[in-house]
Amino acid sequence: MNFSEVFKLSGLLSKFSPDGKYLASCVQYRLVVRDVNTLQILQLYTCLDQIQHIEWSADSLFILCAMYKRGLVQVWSLEQPDWHCKIDEGSAGLVASCWSPDGRHILNTTEFHLRITVWSLCTKSVSYIKYPKACQQGITFTRDGRYMALAERRDCRDYISIFVCSDWQLLRHFETDTQDLVGIEWAPNGCVLAVWDTCLEYKILLYSLDGRLLSTYSAYEWSLGVKSVTWSPSSQFLAIGSYDGKVRILNHVTWKMITEFGHPATVSNPKIVVYKEAEKSPKLGLGALPFPPPRAAARPFSTTETKYEIASLPVSLQTLKPVTDRANPRIGIGMLAFSPDNYFLATRNGDFHVLSLCWHLSGDSLALLSKDHFCLCFLETEEGAGTA
Amino acid sequence: MGDWMTVTDPGLSSESKNLSQYTSETKMSPSSLYSHQVLCSSIPLSKNVHSFFSAFCTEENIEQSISYLDQELTTFGFPSLYEESEGKEEKRELNIVAVLNCMNELLVLQRKNLLAQENVETQNLKLGSDMDHLQSCYAKLKEQLETSRREMIGLQERDRQLQCKNRNLHQLLKNEKDEVQKLQNIIASRATQYNHDMKRKEREYNKLKERLHQLVMNKKDKKIAMDILNYVGRADGKRGSWRTGKTEARNEDEMYKILLNDYEYRQKQILMENAELKKVLQQMKKEMISLLSPQKQKPRERADDSTGAVSISDVEDDAGELNRESIWDLSCETVREQLTNSIRKQWRILKSHVEKLDNQVSKVHLEGFHDEDVISRQDHEQETEKLELEIQQCKEMIKTQQQLLQQQLATACDDDTTSLLRDCYLLEEKERLKEEWSLFKEQKKNFERERRSFTEAAIRLGLERKAFEEERASWLKQQFLNMTTFDHQNSENVKLFSAFSGSSDRDNLTVHSRPRQKKPHSVSNGSQVCTSKLTKSLPASPSTSDFCQTRSCVSEHSLSNVLNITPEETKPHQVGRECLNQTWSLASRPGSQEGGCSGCSLACTNSHVDKDDLP
Repeated sequence: MNFSEVFKLSGLLSKFSPDGKYLASCVQYRLVVRDVNTLQILQLYTCLDQIQHIEWSADSLFILCAMYKRGLVQVWSLEQPDWHCKIDEGSAGLVASCWSPDGRHILNTTEFHLRITVWSLCTKSVSYIKYPKACQQGITFTRDGRYMALAERRDCRDYISIFVCSDWQLLRHFETDTQDLVGIEWAPNGCVLAVWDTCLEYKILLYSLDGRLLSTYSAYEWSLGVKSVTWSPSSQFLAIGSYDGKVRILNHVTWKMITEFGHPATVSNPKIVVYKEAEKSPKLGLGALPFPPPRAAARPFSTTETKYEIASLPVSLQTLKPVTDRANPRIGIGMLAFSPDNYFLATRNGDFHVLSLCWHLSGDSLALLSKDHFCLCFLETEEGAGTA
Repeated sequence: MGDWMTVTDPGLSSESKNLSQYTSETKMSPSSLYSHQVLCSSIPLSKNVHSFFSAFCTEENIEQSISYLDQELTTFGFPSLYEESEGKEEKRELNIVAVLNCMNELLVLQRKNLLAQENVETQNLKLGSDMDHLQSCYAKLKEQLETSRREMIGLQERDRQLQCKNRNLHQLLKNEKDEVQKLQNIIASRATQYNHDMKRKEREYNKLKERLHQLVMNKKDKKIAMDILNYVGRADGKRGSWRTGKTEARNEDEMYKILLNDYEYRQKQILMENAELKKVLQQMKKEMISLLSPQKQKPRERADDSTGAVSISDVEDDAGELNRESIWDLSCETVREQLTNSIRKQWRILKSHVEKLDNQVSKVHLEGFHDEDVISRQDHEQETEKLELEIQQCKEMIKTQQQLLQQQLATACDDDTTSLLRDCYLLEEKERLKEEWSLFKEQKKNFERERRSFTEAAIRLGLERKAFEEERASWLKQQFLNMTTFDHQNSENVKLFSAFSGSSDRDNLTVHSRPRQKKPHSVSNGSQVCTSKLTKSLPASPSTSDFCQTRSCVSEHSLSNVLNITPEETKPHQVGRECLNQTWSLASRPGSQEGGCSGCSLACTNSHVDKDDLP
């Protein structure tokens, strides 16, 4: 594997363009756009303040840079480097900023989630959406970019509004049967909206595009509930990862659980293959861990060679028992990702230091990223994927 | 027997003593001592004989003893020992006979008594041993009874203890459940409390937000603005539209359309799946039926005729159902039910069949390998082992062969050698093929040559024949002219001759051949006839010198004609026609003889040519 030279970056802000041709990265208050193949700098933009958030528009023509401290959003064009656009929220403040799917509207969430302002780059119109909900995932767009679902809260009750993205018309507005809605997500086919409740209550509601409640699902009571939710690319399955360390999969026909995957501490099923990372150099006597990061020696640019060997079963996975008397404990399924061909589901349980999971489009390899390490897994489709 | 009455005789005190001893001993309770003594006493010992017997009767008291004995015997029913005497006199004579008889009788009695005694003794012994045995049994049983009673008590005790424990555990469980319920209630109440508090705080927060919102909106900050260089066009290039009721309706419609599309798509998928599954089920059913039906044809050994009958009827039913289902193939309720029911039925039958087979197998294992159909397990295993060995060997062979082949193919490293060795395995064959090909070509050439020569020869032959014909014709004509006078027919023939030129024979021939010549495919026939007739008439012809002459002068003419014709024609029919035309034209010329000849000969040549062309 070849690596390029190291480029400066601030704030972990670096994104590929949706068409895969450019790479945008920020250094302090400058935005650098490079060509993906040559990594040559194509454009260099200067913003007014330190950039906190960048986002490409869907057609890869514009980039927005949000500066929350000053409540500014600046939009840059790749086609016309001279074109500029500055949106100032002023005293309303800025907490979040994102593009609409058509790439011509910017949705700014003002401070204290007072309102969402929809700025249009085509017309002079401005729209306001009142009472958006301050939660983890309150806005979600359908994959084809037609509809937007927004979570709202009025009078201590949760509501969902569905807008038509072309003219920002309110299509549906309905109340949800949740205590304290934490996240919403459209299915990839754009017809079902999954809504899940706070972790104090395990509850998932499924709404149709026109606002009808299709089904609710609740696996258990009283213990901490849903931690992460993801749809399969074909919209056939909904995977729910919860704090009890289990993934439950619902099917799209009956919305009932079809299977449940546990994450036991000891792996003893003979069909599972466990790859253990073993260091070739005998420097540190680290008992090899099944997942990248050795917690002890976190050396940047470490040159120890490691290799993977197949561990013999039963294998007990090293886990740290996290503190359970604090809020938001680091237990349970924190990350879920379906492979693009619907074959596999990758999950991260517990306290493993995997920061991101990413599938390749062909569905046969998986990239894992931790703070210091990077791991590529290739899967053979004959056997099932192992838990690693 | 021991109850002899002791008749105490004063004189016989000693004897009586002995006797009483004797009798008393006989009266004693059964014991070995007693029996021994009895046995002893029953067999008189030789030593004591005299003393014993002399104790009773001595020389002094013979009379007394005799009288005593007589008394005793008579009381026992024996006859008197004395002789019959008339008067009551004191001295009576001893009846020796009577004495002997009495002795004998006594001996017999003694023996009988002894036997009886023995029997009694054995019986006694038996009874004694039986008693012993029964006593020991009794003792044992008593012991057993005791132990079992003790055990029972112990078990009862344990049972009681366990029941106690059980009750305790139940109690504990109930307590735990109650506690759990209590805790849940506590949690619920706390949750409601928290919710209430949350709501209160949220309301407060909302109020703050409202206030803030008002402030923010009121300020009308000029700063809240967008500063844009120029407005960008829409992504889809269209113009923006006003928001009206129409657009709202349109949006609704679109939304519903999307939903409907999705539902339809899903329904299609499900229908497809359904159809596939139904097909699979049908197939399964058919296969199950086919599996089960050949079994039923075998004569059933087990007494399962009832199920057999049922299953056969099932098969028939299912066959009928199959037809019905295939005709309809709808997804209506009844059809679905029918399908599932029939599958279930078949499955049950199959299951019972498999169970029967299992039983059969187990029976075979128990009884031994009687059944011919059933292969013994060991044989089966041996066979499988053998087969596996064979497979392994074959695989190894294949591997080695592959390796060798690869080696062979891989040994060529250089380009030259590879290019040389390319297709090396087929080289031989290629060369052979080349040789054969060259051979073939040669042969072909030869054949061509021969063919050409044949055609030339045929042509020559034809020409010669034609010439010959001409000569013959002229000769015949001359003959005819010399011999006969002109008739009407002859004039006609002459006319014909002028048109076609030929003698009577020839005229007949021509007349025959003319219509035939007109029909192209019968040219050959006509010509054949010609040739045959000509050949017949040949021997009658004169010398050929004239013919040669005529032939030579004709040959050029006709040859050219033939040559003209043969390369041009393609079909035999056309040949015939063209020749006809030629003949007609030829006939019109003055050289009528030649023309007539040429007509026939041409026909002949045509036939030859035809024959050449045909194969």
